[in-house]
Amino acid sequence: MSDSTSNSIPNSTSAERSASNLRAQVDALIAESAFDLAMRRLADLWRRDPASGTASFVISRIDELRGKLRNKFPLAQFKLAILRSFTVEPIVPLLRAEAFVYGINLEVHVGDFNTYVQDMLDSDSSLYRFVPNAVVLAVRTDQAAPELWRDFADLTPEAAQQAAERVVDGYEQWIGAFRKHSQAALIVHSLERPSSPSLGVLDDQYEAGQSELIRQVNRELRRIAAGFHGVYTLDYDALVSRHGSEPWRDERKWLTARLPIAAGYLLQMAREWMRFIVPLSGRTAKVLVVDLDNTLWGGVIGEDGMAGIKVGAEYPGAAYQALHRTLLDLSRKGILLAVCSKNNLDDAMEALENHPGMLVRAKHFSAMRVNWTDKAQNLREIAQELNVGIDALAFLDDNPFEREQVRAALPEVTVIDLPKNPLEYASVVRKCAAFERLTLSAEDQQRSEMYAAQKQRAGAEQTFQSKEDFFRFLEQEAQLEPVSELTLARVAQLTQKTNQFNLTTRRYTEPEIAEMAKKPEWHIFSIKVRDRFGDHGLVGVAIAHDEGEQCEVDSFLLSCRVIGRTVETALLAHLAESAAQRGRKRLVGWFLPTKKNAPARDFYEHHGFELQATSCEGSLWALDLKSSTLRAPDWINLKVSVGGSTTKTTAGGRI
Amino acid sequence: MTASTLEQVRNVASDIFGIPTDKITAESSPETIENWDSMQHLNLVLAIEEKFGVQLEPEDIEEMKNIGAVAALVEKLQSAAR
Repeated sequence: MSDSTSNSIPNSTSAERSASNLRAQVDALIAESAFDLAMRRLADLWRRDPASGTASFVISRIDELRGKLRNKFPLAQFKLAILRSFTVEPIVPLLRAEAFVYGINLEVHVGDFNTYVQDMLDSDSSLYRFVPNAVVLAVRTDQAAPELWRDFADLTPEAAQQAAERVVDGYEQWIGAFRKHSQAALIVHSLERPSSPSLGVLDDQYEAGQSELIRQVNRELRRIAAGFHGVYTLDYDALVSRHGSEPWRDERKWLTARLPIAAGYLLQMAREWMRFIVPLSGRTAKVLVVDLDNTLWGGVIGEDGMAGIKVGAEYPGAAYQALHRTLLDLSRKGILLAVCSKNNLDDAMEALENHPGMLVRAKHFSAMRVNWTDKAQNLREIAQELNVGIDALAFLDDNPFEREQVRAALPEVTVIDLPKNPLEYASVVRKCAAFERLTLSAEDQQRSEMYAAQKQRAGAEQTFQSKEDFFRFLEQEAQLEPVSELTLARVAQLTQKTNQFNLTTRRYTEPEIAEMAKKPEWHIFSIKVRDRFGDHGLVGVAIAHDEGEQCEVDSFLLSCRVIGRTVETALLAHLAESAAQRGRKRLVGWFLPTKKNAPARDFYEHHGFELQATSCEGSLWALDLKSSTLRAPDWINLKVSVGGSTTKTTAGGRI
Repeated sequence: MTASTLEQVRNVASDIFGIPTDKITAESSPETIENWDSMQHLNLVLAIEEKFGVQLEPEDIEEMKNIGAVAALVEKLQSAAR
């Protein structure tokens, strides 16, 4: 029996009864029109029993509920196409149920068997008509590289090498065609190696044996993917190895139903896809809030004291160090860490600062709430302090009661269910898709340092008489430039992640931005900001396009860390000035309100724009460029570069 | 066949076919359940394997002609494994 089936016990148990009770509860709640609670119970049910049957139940109820609530329940919409060489249909319900607990309503299109090449080459195929957000290319080695899979021993070394090169050439052509026809993300399964090569142990004695050639193809696939924006490889061979290739494979189902994966592992395939879908749909966590007692160390610091808590290089403290290393890895990916613990502050700080076994220290946490008030309230405050939405928080706590309390009070928080055994803590956190990232910018890597500098700035702000004095003291420098290859990833990322200071909240992928940048009437600017406390990195984006006498602002957004420091004025002034230089008479722009972008609501009005029209979606504003007095504030040292050359203007600066 | 195995199989079938458990009996079959097609048959097989930790042979799968037969098969495989 495989490990993933061992938790479903053949005889009817209390767990099973509670799962069937939950189903009855869900249906009763739907009958009473208590839809939000029904959604929560559905998520509970899936977390408790993530099996095929449960998946069918869960998605049938989501589909039923969705029709009823349309705009109320904030599920992100995401369209995934799966191109495949094997049966994936039984995985789809598991995938949709798994997506649901991440707050994503996933619509799935499955291509016909082995038509992936035609589908990618033909611009009018059902694939492109579906208009997916992302496409999975799930092709097995036996189909993608038949010569490398069977009868390999028949090939001469030269013929084997040529076969490998043909495989790579094929992928390169299809992916190139795909990129021409679609801007969707593409996730390419790399090829698995046979568990028993044709020549047995002899295979490993050759420089270009069967396994090695497949590895070589996979290396080339990674190279091809890196050459395109929004193309990623999924290391299928590593996925299979992680679970063991023999239990993973099911030869009977392969021969009878073209399904190569054993029943107990279909969920693992779905979860691996989720690690791409979650970051692509923007449902990631930006902050991980952790408990202390029995989470970061074993024991209770207030009772067991410094000598009594367990954390260090040896068992059992080593389990907690493994979690610390995981947290530090997340921090290197730009995920902020915070503490929320019921404790005396002095006790907690003593352990965090001075315990020799701790690998994470107080300095690694961007916010801390150590007190005796309820955790939901503390989480709200942490979100506010770090300037992120509640839905950007993930919560890690060993205590099931605290987790349930947070789930009930703040359903938008990603609550991680820790197992009882601390040895499993680290791996549970590493597997959480909310922490996956598909690109990493310099900003991501320095984020926690930037927040530390932010704390100093906040301290400084309080000592100044006027805002203007404070702005001058900050010595801000801003660099404005058109989007380039180097900044494309970060620009797209900002359009996807920025919620608060975002006038239109239009989300764009890297390929979409790249496509826009090619058109002469479109203008995409980014702004980098630094000040005396540190470097904020690339924090703002403005996208505009010319049309007749006017220039329309398509997108205008700024990371929350620099809101209110007048950088937004500098960016808008540049849009206005550059539009005027191109002979436009008016700068116009929509403000489209969302639940989160209230900070941007009065932006146009404050900058002298006049209201032109309002509709159910938002309001349209315009600025007459001839009479406009909009200038960048003179306390910002603004550098504007146009296609590489940098012209320095001391801003406000055409004096 | 114990009532418990049959009950659990009926619960699984209820999820897979989207029909209330009380409408599913030992005699329910592709003739009486409208959407019991070949893809749903595969889904049922996978759900049974996953739930009971058993491995069905192609010959077993052909024998799954109604819900009662599925439950009997599960019991046979479970007692063979003990």
